[in-house]
Amino acid sequence: METLPYLSLVAAGAFAAGIVGALTGEGGGIILVPMLVLLFDVNMHNAAGASLIAVTATSTAATIAFLSQGYTNLRIGMFLQMTSISGGIAGALLAALVPVPALMAIFGTVLLYSSYMTFRRKEESEPDRPSDPLAVRFHMESSYPVLGGWKPYKVFSVIPGALLMGVAGIISGLLGIGAGAVNVLVMDQVMRLPYKVSTTTSNFMIGITAAGSAGVYLHRGYIDPVLTMPVVLGIFIGAAVGARLLMIVRAKPLRLFFSFLVLVAALEMIYKGVARGLAH
Amino acid sequence: MVTIRRMEKLIGYVLLAGVLTSAAIVLFGGALYMWRHGSTPVHYRIFRGEPSDLRSLAGIWKDFTEGSGRGAIQFGLMLLVGIQVIRVALTGVLFLLNRDKVFVVITFLVLAMLSYALFFAGE
Repeated sequence: METLPYLSLVAAGAFAAGIVGALTGEGGGIILVPMLVLLFDVNMHNAAGASLIAVTATSTAATIAFLSQGYTNLRIGMFLQMTSISGGIAGALLAALVPVPALMAIFGTVLLYSSYMTFRRKEESEPDRPSDPLAVRFHMESSYPVLGGWKPYKVFSVIPGALLMGVAGIISGLLGIGAGAVNVLVMDQVMRLPYKVSTTTSNFMIGITAAGSAGVYLHRGYIDPVLTMPVVLGIFIGAAVGARLLMIVRAKPLRLFFSFLVLVAALEMIYKGVARGLAH
Repeated sequence: MVTIRRMEKLIGYVLLAGVLTSAAIVLFGGALYMWRHGSTPVHYRIFRGEPSDLRSLAGIWKDFTEGSGRGAIQFGLMLLVGIQVIRVALTGVLFLLNRDKVFVVITFLVLAMLSYALFFAGE
């Protein structure tokens, strides 16, 4: 296909991914990479490179929108950022060593897992024990806005959380996604932060981790400017539109639809990865 | 606390200005490239890797100033990545205003790793 019509279609796809990403709070990368690989026939490295840059854009936009609202916990975010960005750099360096069919299969597995988590998200009450002493010492406990005031919350398992964030960073750098779903899972289920604090803090972090990975991708020649241009512009406008739609659209059916979409992408990625692995 | 609130507002404005500037540059570079190469066939099935001038910050700057469309796009994209450095640095200033010494050090470590990645990692 000629450059102009092809890139226009990519921009339209990224726009859609931006809307869905903003509405579900999962960020765009998890839909963007499979879309580029499966629908637009883009190789894994260029798709991951474009997605990393897109993640920095959406994460920055989310930070602009949420920072003054009081949900984002900057202390926890910056503390976890140490392991997250280390993982992000390591994962990006690993991307050149892992064979592409294996990359696709790993991606499919992460997608399967994300689909499952989106589907069955459950709310749990805060444990009765006191916060992790480390969290107390570093003043990580805080409060977040609820209807009619501020609700204080506790923080648990700081070190396990930080180590798992390193793993999330590796996944993010390896596959070129924000790995927001894994971040949220760690903060929500392991560190037991309130869900809104987890998602906004994750949104703050993923762009910084992605920027670390993007440095490696740039030096390796994975970031194609012509392909990345419509991806970044499309997802940025899509995310802005999606954030406005958030008040109108009902969340539950949307989450189910998203979960289904990711499941289909997961199975196809695994299938393609295995097929390509066997062909070699 | 008033200073912190104002600082958060300032961070918001700086980020917004940065994102819009980088989007404008990417769009400009894209338009330039499309005008010259819009009707050439394209496919990304096989990974080829970018030429060496589009792989380093110095090379991108050179291409950008020489009026290359691809160079301009890549420059805009790197501006977007560079905004993350500013984001971390401004958060560090926020901790500094809070007299939060431990977190100033933590932010500095993150900043160092990010700078290392942008300039050296993977070369």
